[in-house]
Amino acid sequence: MNQPIARLFAIVLLLFAALVAFTSRWSVFDAQALRDNPKNRRALIEELRVKRGTIRAADGTLLARSEAAGAGTYRRRYTEAASLLPQVIGFSDIDLGRAGIERSRNDELSGNAGALDDIVDQLKGGVEKGDDVRLSIDLDAQRAALAGLNGRKGSVVAIEPATGRVRAMVSVPGYDPQSLLTSARRKALDTDPNAPLLNRATQAGYPPGSTFKVVTATAAIDSGRFEPSSVVNGDSPKVISGVPMANSGNKSFGDIDLTTALTFSVNTVWAQVAEKLGKGTMAEYMRKFGFNADPPMDYPDGQMLPSGEYRNGALLPPTSRFVDVGRMGIGQDKLRVTPLQMAMVASAVANGGELMKPTLTQSIVDPDGRVADRVEPQRDRRVMSERTASQLTEMMTNVVREGTGTAAALQGIDVAGKTGTAEIVRDQDINQPWFIGFAPASSPKIAVAVTIERSQGGQGGTEAAPIAKQVMESLLK
Amino acid sequence: MTERNRELFALIPAALLVTAGFAAVFVQRDDVLTNASLTYGGLFLGLCFVAHLIVRMTLPHADPYLFPLVATLACLGLVILYRLDEDFAREQAQWFVVGLIVFAATIISLRKDVRVLERYRYVIATAGILLLLLPRVPGIGQQVNGAYLGIGIGPISFQPAELSKIAIVIFLASYLRDTREVLVQGTHKIFGIPLPPLKHLGPLLVVWGAAMVLLVFIRDLGSSLMFFGGFLALVYVATNRASYAIIGFGLFAAGTWFFARTVGHVQDRVDAWLHPFSDQLYDAQGGSYQIAQSIFAQGDGGLLGRGFGEAIIQLPGGGQLLPAAHTDLIYAVIVNELGLVGACGVLLVYLLIVERGFRIATLATDSFSKLLATGLTAVFALQVFVIVGGVTKLIPLTGVTLPFISYGGSSIVANFILLALLLLVSDRARREVLEPR
Repeated sequence: MNQPIARLFAIVLLLFAALVAFTSRWSVFDAQALRDNPKNRRALIEELRVKRGTIRAADGTLLARSEAAGAGTYRRRYTEAASLLPQVIGFSDIDLGRAGIERSRNDELSGNAGALDDIVDQLKGGVEKGDDVRLSIDLDAQRAALAGLNGRKGSVVAIEPATGRVRAMVSVPGYDPQSLLTSARRKALDTDPNAPLLNRATQAGYPPGSTFKVVTATAAIDSGRFEPSSVVNGDSPKVISGVPMANSGNKSFGDIDLTTALTFSVNTVWAQVAEKLGKGTMAEYMRKFGFNADPPMDYPDGQMLPSGEYRNGALLPPTSRFVDVGRMGIGQDKLRVTPLQMAMVASAVANGGELMKPTLTQSIVDPDGRVADRVEPQRDRRVMSERTASQLTEMMTNVVREGTGTAAALQGIDVAGKTGTAEIVRDQDINQPWFIGFAPASSPKIAVAVTIERSQGGQGGTEAAPIAKQVMESLLK
Repeated sequence: MTERNRELFALIPAALLVTAGFAAVFVQRDDVLTNASLTYGGLFLGLCFVAHLIVRMTLPHADPYLFPLVATLACLGLVILYRLDEDFAREQAQWFVVGLIVFAATIISLRKDVRVLERYRYVIATAGILLLLLPRVPGIGQQVNGAYLGIGIGPISFQPAELSKIAIVIFLASYLRDTREVLVQGTHKIFGIPLPPLKHLGPLLVVWGAAMVLLVFIRDLGSSLMFFGGFLALVYVATNRASYAIIGFGLFAAGTWFFARTVGHVQDRVDAWLHPFSDQLYDAQGGSYQIAQSIFAQGDGGLLGRGFGEAIIQLPGGGQLLPAAHTDLIYAVIVNELGLVGACGVLLVYLLIVERGFRIATLATDSFSKLLATGLTAVFALQVFVIVGGVTKLIPLTGVTLPFISYGGSSIVANFILLALLLLVSDRARREVLEPR
């Protein structure tokens, strides 16, 4: 009987091997997927036991902190100042999950960034603490932008061209982040038709109107096909893609150079330029500016919308046959762009043609007060030559000096800019006013994008440009 | 070195484990090492030493490794229970005392010849079957997670299946010793498959029927797999005919498949097994929450685990995140806190026990002892497979205990009886090798 006993043991060995295999499957091979399973509340429970780091504005003003909630757990508290930038901060809550910086910087805030620190902490015992996050946002600029929008739905973004640091990011309407953590208020905010939880700076796709002519002008000049002095006929109307197109007020300009055409935002000229450049060249420069992709910012992917041509809710490549390149060239057609993307366009021109990756974080500070990570400026890519950038700066300076953007002019400082007025509902005169620009034009310190949602009869030059002026003034102080 | 000294030395790892384990739990709790808390460890080691002395006096030639292996598992179990809840550990320690008394009583009463059990085989078989059916008796039967495995008399609750597995193995070993010759010799082939005469095939079918009854009335796939698997192992070893085992397993699989499709509660458990993360099953009463949490806990463990006392078992507001952590899902706690490496270590200890068990069966000289040791070992191995397989979602999760580790009095008492029987067989076999008559 000994031989079957030996075989029986072999079967037991096989059965136990299966046990080891399945234990390995869960504990090692599928471990990550199991941790990410939304039904697994372990990560959230663990987080309750971590004293999350604080979030502060550039000047050190406290925006978010964690306070003891009993039984070794902590809960989040948002200060009054956090209401100036609720969508940027986002939230961190066991029921809500996370959004905004609370999500994109979660590893740092919850202390998961340094594995070595964790071991040291464990040996020391005591409370697990996360790192503090210092944002690059300037609260005075936030206030200036909020005052400028004055309750009108819209968004303002300001970027430091040389570093990519976001100095202002406003989305109106906002909300009080602390009140979001109560379930009744959250429901109200969730279903509010004005969508206060939406970060319009990064998530709202608006038609850019004439501000997009900066992109067309970049493509025209940097490709070597045009010069600022190249002459194009600016009569109105002109047939573009088989359909007549008119200038604002159906005004005919005759033969004019591109500088004049940008100063007075002549649609027919830029539509012809875009048609001559073709979809390929336009697509190349849009890609370089960052269109058709999530912006490379330290913000959750799910809360950033790629800018570009959209058809039935889906992003189209600019080379698609559905694209009317002439109308796209003047910011019409099916373009949907975010204020952040337009601020990046202004910023790239301002920085001598080089686009920096936008960042909301200035530095990470560990619980002992040491700077753990300074978040160094990172170059995204060169969009255009330095020469093109300086030619465009000159052209855009003219816009503010004598063209449509005079309302953005600052006392004693040259401002470069471009206005835009996209028609939303033509017969009711509902527009989307825009202004993008930077200052000082000679050595830019700040680039901005301003837009207002569904403005009754508002023009970029009269509605958006003054807000840009206030924000730039505040940041150039 | 004599067997008994080897056994004594082999207890040292268990002693170290219990000390290190308790120390780890204390450190995690930021506790001071109080005398009161350390008494568990000391008391437990004392108990092990007493058991060693009993074996030393009564069974000098018995296998020296079985008891230290069991002690290692028991130590680990005690530490984990202590980490989950001090009360569990205290009660478990009390059950160990009871278990050791039964262990000693079994050894002393059967030390002359374990084969006296054969005389009472029908009494034992009847008792085994009655014990199995007890949980369905109104008034004392208890339903846990949809299965009828426990009975409750006053404050004491008991899982009779633990004891009846031993009773049934004793009966089968004795029955097959008598009939194995007939089962082998009287075969005729039907479609090329050797089959025993119908009158001997009868009992085989009766046991298959009993397993199906278990499945449907006790509602526990795991227990019936354990019983029937043990039975097939015995038939295979008794007859050396793989075809019997394969036919038997086929019948079992067909029955399981049929009942899984037709009987609602069996179907529910199979559904929970197949789709643990389905929203509907996850939230359902008696649904897949338990198996899903088991898998999450193992995923949290990783290769090396979180360390003793570091896993999240309780919710911050009180309440269990991992249900039945001290009984059914204790293996998930082991994976969570000791990782894949620790869990493999535990499985290795079980495998070593199984190896010793089969070795004892190989050494035994008479058929009854051989079959008894084989059956007990096979049932023990299958019990580990059923519960660990259930916890790791290899098979549907059921409510049997992890021997010597899970919390539960009946499990400890029954498994100590099993250990005593194996040592009895071993002592006799090795004595005959050393002192040939």
